[in-house]
Amino acid sequence: MREVALDKNMKILIVDDFSTMRRIIKNLLRDLGFTNTAEADDGQTALPVLKSGGFDFLVTDWNMPGMTGIDLLKAVRADPKLASLPVLMVTAEAKRDQIVEAAQAGVNGYVVKPFTAQVLKEKIEKIFERVEAGG
Amino acid sequence: MSLLDKYTEGLTPAELEEDLKSRARQMVEYLEKGNLKDAIQVIHEINEVRDKSLYKEIGRLTRALHEAIMNFHLEAGFSGEDKEQISSMADASERLNYVTKMTEKAANRTMDLVDASVPIAGDIAEQSKNLRESWQKLRKRQMKPNEFRELYQHIEVFLDSTEGKANTLYNNLNEIILAQDFQDLTGQVIKKVVDLVAEVEESLVHLVRMAGQLDTLTGIEHRFETKEKDKTVAEGPQMRAEERTDVVSGQDEVDDLLSSLGF
Repeated sequence: MREVALDKNMKILIVDDFSTMRRIIKNLLRDLGFTNTAEADDGQTALPVLKSGGFDFLVTDWNMPGMTGIDLLKAVRADPKLASLPVLMVTAEAKRDQIVEAAQAGVNGYVVKPFTAQVLKEKIEKIFERVEAGG
Repeated sequence: MSLLDKYTEGLTPAELEEDLKSRARQMVEYLEKGNLKDAIQVIHEINEVRDKSLYKEIGRLTRALHEAIMNFHLEAGFSGEDKEQISSMADASERLNYVTKMTEKAANRTMDLVDASVPIAGDIAEQSKNLRESWQKLRKRQMKPNEFRELYQHIEVFLDSTEGKANTLYNNLNEIILAQDFQDLTGQVIKKVVDLVAEVEESLVHLVRMAGQLDTLTGIEHRFETKEKDKTVAEGPQMRAEERTDVVSGQDEVDDLLSSLGF
């Protein structure tokens, strides 16, 4: 695979209701060189943070109280300012119908838990490869 | 023993059915012979049999329901007189919350230790790399005397600090092992809750079976509306994913599915 020159300073929002999972993702992102991260514990708290601006990438879980990740994804795509924000779903939800729904809602990548650092890296690189290619 | 007493002793539904059939045949026989008085007496008896059986079943159902509810109450820790008795359902929720807390604590403790260890390993690598550069210079005899004195001290510092750091790493790794002790405790708690769920299920199945018998006697029919399940509602981790076709069993299958959708 072609090495993508990723902006290591890009601002990433990590959304998961479990603090340990947020921490794992944050650590993995840090290992990949991304240190500019923020956290939210569900869609409801994430959305205003995203709307306040400045985020380049969203990593979200699906199953969360309040507002789920799929609803957050739909809200992001429906917001003209956020519509093009790359979104990676990292979730335990593994039904084919769910993956299809996420794809139709405009997700950029889908990682099922449990996952490895390598998978997360690959998916992030793939997403930005496409973004750079204008896809 | 009268006929009705026999029913209060309890007949199986099949026995009851057989008995009602024979009574009905007898009634028809009386009617065909023009013996209206005896025929009406049989009708009366059939009614009474039905009523008695019905009351009996309702009684049994009520008792079973009561027992089932009593069984859901906590055995350990709370005496019968305790007015603040909590149900074992509430207890089970509390136990599961305990599991969540324990696993979260262990995960955080483990990650704290890893976070503390990563920079130590990084330091050792960094210092070794610096030392190797000086060492190679020495081996190639490119080292000036003052540089050699520096290296000499450098090695002493390196050995001291590496020993200390290795000890810290050793302790951190042992602590990480210890942080996994939750497995034993949560395992026991989860087993208790699984047992409780099995017990509750058994009681409920028993109740459903008894209620079914009641429905046969009264001729009540239930219409169950099957709710269309939302196919994409969040369900959490899937069990036995390999055996199911509606669920992916790993990242490779997710990738295949997405690429089939043009990703």
